Amino acid sequence: MKGNVVKYERDNIDTDVIIPGQYLKVHDYAELATHAMEGLDPDFHSKVKESDFILSGKNFGCGSSREHAPIALSHSGVKAVLALSFARIFYRNSVDGAFLLPIEIEEDAYKGIAEGDEIDIDVSKNEITNLTKNQTYKMKPFSDIIGKIIDAGGLFNYKP
Amino acid sequence: MNIVEKILARASGKSQVAPDDVVFAKVDKVMVHDVSGPGVLKVFDKLKNKGVDVSKLWDPTKVWVAEDHFVPSAEKVSAENIVKLSNFTKNYGIEKHFKYGMGQYGICHTLSHEEAMVMPGDVYVGGDSHTNTTGALGAFACGLGHTDIAYVLLNGQIWFKVPETDYFKLNGKLPDHVMAKDVILKIIGDIGTDGGNYRTMQFGGSGIDEMSVESRLTLCNMTTEAGAKNGIVEADQKVVDYLSSRGATNAQVFKGDDDAKYANIYEYEASEMEPLVAKPFSPENVAVVREAPSVELDKSYIGSCTGAKYEDLEAVAKILKGKTVKIRTEILPASISIYKRAMENGLLTIFLDAGVTVGPPTCGACCGAHMGVLAKNEICISTTNRNFPGRMGHVESETYLSSPMVAAASAVTGKITDPRDLQ
Repeated sequence: MKGNVVKYERDNIDTDVIIPGQYLKVHDYAELATHAMEGLDPDFHSKVKESDFILSGKNFGCGSSREHAPIALSHSGVKAVLALSFARIFYRNSVDGAFLLPIEIEEDAYKGIAEGDEIDIDVSKNEITNLTKNQTYKMKPFSDIIGKIIDAGGLFNYKP
Repeated sequence: MNIVEKILARASGKSQVAPDDVVFAKVDKVMVHDVSGPGVLKVFDKLKNKGVDVSKLWDPTKVWVAEDHFVPSAEKVSAENIVKLSNFTKNYGIEKHFKYGMGQYGICHTLSHEEAMVMPGDVYVGGDSHTNTTGALGAFACGLGHTDIAYVLLNGQIWFKVPETDYFKLNGKLPDHVMAKDVILKIIGDIGTDGGNYRTMQFGGSGIDEMSVESRLTLCNMTTEAGAKNGIVEADQKVVDYLSSRGATNAQVFKGDDDAKYANIYEYEASEMEPLVAKPFSPENVAVVREAPSVELDKSYIGSCTGAKYEDLEAVAKILKGKTVKIRTEILPASISIYKRAMENGLLTIFLDAGVTVGPPTCGACCGAHMGVLAKNEICISTTNRNFPGRMGHVESETYLSSPMVAAASAVTGKITDPRDLQ
């Protein structure tokens, strides 16, 4: 899975900035995408491309249970969010709804990967390669249940 | 096993569970509101297109519905969502739908206790992150997204990783003018907004035994702001009495085993607690009120599932009685039942005499959606639970989170004020 990185070098990116509360009434996925990250980066929608990744710090997606958050990112083209850690509901919504991959990384990847870098994520090897800088980092493996739900393509396709 | 492990073991048909076990738990109650309901319907549409049968719910008697985020409807998209929600309950035979403008309605988490919708020992999931609130009744209460709620509605169960439990022990009785909100702000200030991530935050000790059920609800409500999977208080006789006074005669005391294990134990002395605020832009950004910045406030907001229960309004009335507010102040009781009690007991008169605007129950301004959002550069003190950028309106507005007493005292002075310092 290859793509370019949009980097937000900060912790606690919350659901109120990923998709502000006024859009909670909206359930059209394409329209939600136009407001993704609006509370932090109003240019996000115009700069993000299909197959891009977001890179950020600790506790990404904290706040509300709004599934609008992974939906808005996913329908903007984001295939994965790489972060030092994730808030639980955002993480589980991303996986169970098969919207995007929440990938936990270590400090080396967080520091080593810059805005615009092209990276290749190999989930089978738990490895991230920075093609721009020719560096490789480890990603934290998915837990058993999360890996199985991702492989199935979301919770509804998963057979316990 | 501790109380959460006991609930999840029972619900998944196991004699024993331990942290990190993955279980499929049978759900006892599920809630959707006017945001998550239409979101779930969208998931149903996707499933229908893939040939999945979504014509029947697993058990409509276990589902209840609230209208809270976008009522009263400010524009047509919100109005249409309410119509969608009404069609949903009609089509699927759900009887418990608390409708705006038709008697009892209010914020979903408030209805969960006011209407005794959830019992001790239940697995209760809701399409809202503050579902954690209801853990104060001794239930495993956890917020989920639309896909997960859709899964529960069709299958009656959902996966959970059994969480590790941190135990927050409060010793002694809180001093006057210090409220449960101050206790939970103190805890979040200490552990941070990811300090409870994936974990259970359990509250106990003599200070919790002493506390009313409503105060315990405030504690559990904001475990969400620490990232917790759930917050919980063991159900004692107070909970049983509270629920039976609301018509639920089958509630029973429900606690963990005597040898229950906890990952960490944090201890707090109630006598050392004092009024606090969380400064912009995070609930963990906590300061003592007496040391808070001397900012000119534009608004005081007393509302939400966190800070507009009856007990909260009673505390506000004590402060506002005979006083006049200096800044724009709104009080929105969290449900019609609370509104009515506030009217019957003279609280509304005190509020109106003080110059406050009293509004209908809604989540509107708390989540920056409608009914009184903040303009650019406006500063608000609020009894709600979040103060992220843009949470209550413009992205350059600011919110200080506080207890109802601090919000009321600040309404009187126009500055962030410790209620103990109010003349």
